[in-house]
Amino acid sequence: METAISAEGLRKRYGDHQALNGIDLEVPAGSILGVLGPNGAGKTTTVRILTTLLTPDEGRATVAGFDLATQQKQIRANVGLTGQYAAVDERLTGRENLQLIGTLLRLGRRGARARADELLEKFDLTAAAGRMAKTYSGGMRRRLDLAASLVAAPPVLFLDEPTTGLDLTSRLALWGMIKEQVHNGVTVLLTTQYLEEADQLADSIVVIDKGLVIADGTPDELKRKVGGERLEVTVATDADLAAATRVLAELSSGEPTVDQETRTVSVPMGGGVSTIAAAALGLERLGIEPQDFAVRRSSLDDVFLALTGQPGAAPATEPTPAGDPAQPKEMQAA
Amino acid sequence: MTEVFSDTFALAGRQMRHIRRMPEQLLGITVMPVAFVLVFGYLFGSAMQVPGQGGYKEYIMAGIFAQVMLANLTTTAVGVVEDLNNGLVDRFRALPISRSSVLLGRTVADLVLVSWTSAVMALVGYLIGWRAHNGVLQTLAGFGLLLLMGFVMSWVGALVGLSLRSPEAVSALAGVVMMPLAFLSNAFVPPQGLPGWMRVIVEWNPVSAVVSAARDLFGNERGESSGAFPSEHPVLAAVLVLAALLAVVIPLAGRAYQRAAAKR
Repeated sequence: METAISAEGLRKRYGDHQALNGIDLEVPAGSILGVLGPNGAGKTTTVRILTTLLTPDEGRATVAGFDLATQQKQIRANVGLTGQYAAVDERLTGRENLQLIGTLLRLGRRGARARADELLEKFDLTAAAGRMAKTYSGGMRRRLDLAASLVAAPPVLFLDEPTTGLDLTSRLALWGMIKEQVHNGVTVLLTTQYLEEADQLADSIVVIDKGLVIADGTPDELKRKVGGERLEVTVATDADLAAATRVLAELSSGEPTVDQETRTVSVPMGGGVSTIAAAALGLERLGIEPQDFAVRRSSLDDVFLALTGQPGAAPATEPTPAGDPAQPKEMQAA
Repeated sequence: MTEVFSDTFALAGRQMRHIRRMPEQLLGITVMPVAFVLVFGYLFGSAMQVPGQGGYKEYIMAGIFAQVMLANLTTTAVGVVEDLNNGLVDRFRALPISRSSVLLGRTVADLVLVSWTSAVMALVGYLIGWRAHNGVLQTLAGFGLLLLMGFVMSWVGALVGLSLRSPEAVSALAGVVMMPLAFLSNAFVPPQGLPGWMRVIVEWNPVSAVVSAARDLFGNERGESSGAFPSEHPVLAAVLVLAALLAVVIPLAGRAYQRAAAKR
């Protein structure tokens, strides 16, 4: 398969801080690569290097078939970039923002106008096209920002935390728009702190921490790597929690993980249905009525926690030791 | 080369659109200078003794023009910081456009705005009795020189903004630097009456050279020359110092742009 983005041994140092420590990446054309990592892991630095905004100290890369060291201008003509904050001109209208980009891309007056209208329509901004961007909601700004990065119809798109700070509806809308781009053959490199986002969108994922790729694979591969399914029980009282923990501990070879706050205990599942049956029986014998009884596949949160020692999404101020019962956001039966 | 021109034009046009969106902005940038003209012309003018027949109103206009050009530093610096901090500089840098056009677009747009301000000030000055006596060409040359100063200060502002990256730092520094530059010059007070040491500072302050040159070109009295070079040949001195500054500050600002955009 054709490769749209490839990077080899990217290194970048700021003063005495080694931001990138040798990043390798490979993104097949027409796919989405999710780059996961905590704050300061080097996600943004990687994006800025690959979009020619930063020069790496070491390493090579090609983007959209052009060499990063010698063909920067061609790369800029063939990539779109949506940065961490919506980079729109607040004092221009939505349409003017897109027209400006179009003019700078030499689409001509009429061409820029037509392209702007087309994108406004696609991103559901036509009604607000004549309003100044500073009156836009967060979600609208992000959509305008994404539209601005697509004016040139670039074959490669870089999205640096595109949905940070958005509400769920806006996030879902943006996801849909990103998926549509990929459907049309665009290659996307997406950084995110939201594991769910990577899970939803990415064909493959690299996890980076402290400037290094520490894991890569498809979302499923990564989840399998960290350990299949877990049986999870939530109870009503602290006394029940202790009892339930004892019951589950006997059934599994793995250590039970206990969250006192939500009164939830979970263990790795070994024996499939028989484990579930035994657990149910054990709880019933002790007269414990679980509030929640579920089999859950590892989420990317678990992967993230196991790999980096930090929970995803909300970055911890102190590193949490691996195996600490950081509460995943989603708690559903698989 | 045509690329630089069209990109600069598009980016400067972006700022012109800001004005079209919010015309009150235009009012905002014009009110202060006009207030200066009125306050200095009427309030201080009644108590000031200046050389020549024109009185303080004639004396002060070149000085206020120069002060407005000096303030162009802040205008550009604040704008550059804003673009840098809201990610627009990144957006532009990720496009296949000429890299110099981002700063050029801003300084050219700020030049257009300060030209507008000057035109309004000139009109108000005319209404309260300021006159240029040397004919159209020399008068235009006077404005040309002042606007060149505005353009140079704009580039200094770009350098300052790119280096400081914070609007608060910019206004703090601008206050500290611009106050002495404006007041330790012959912009508002004739140097003839100053104590000796201060007179030397005032004579060699580049702002004085521009102000003297503008007064000469407008045909407004500025008193007798002190014999110092900028006072003897103000137009030459002003052009030299502005050209030298521009030659130094454009490459520095260009480098600061590459570096500032690479941070973070």
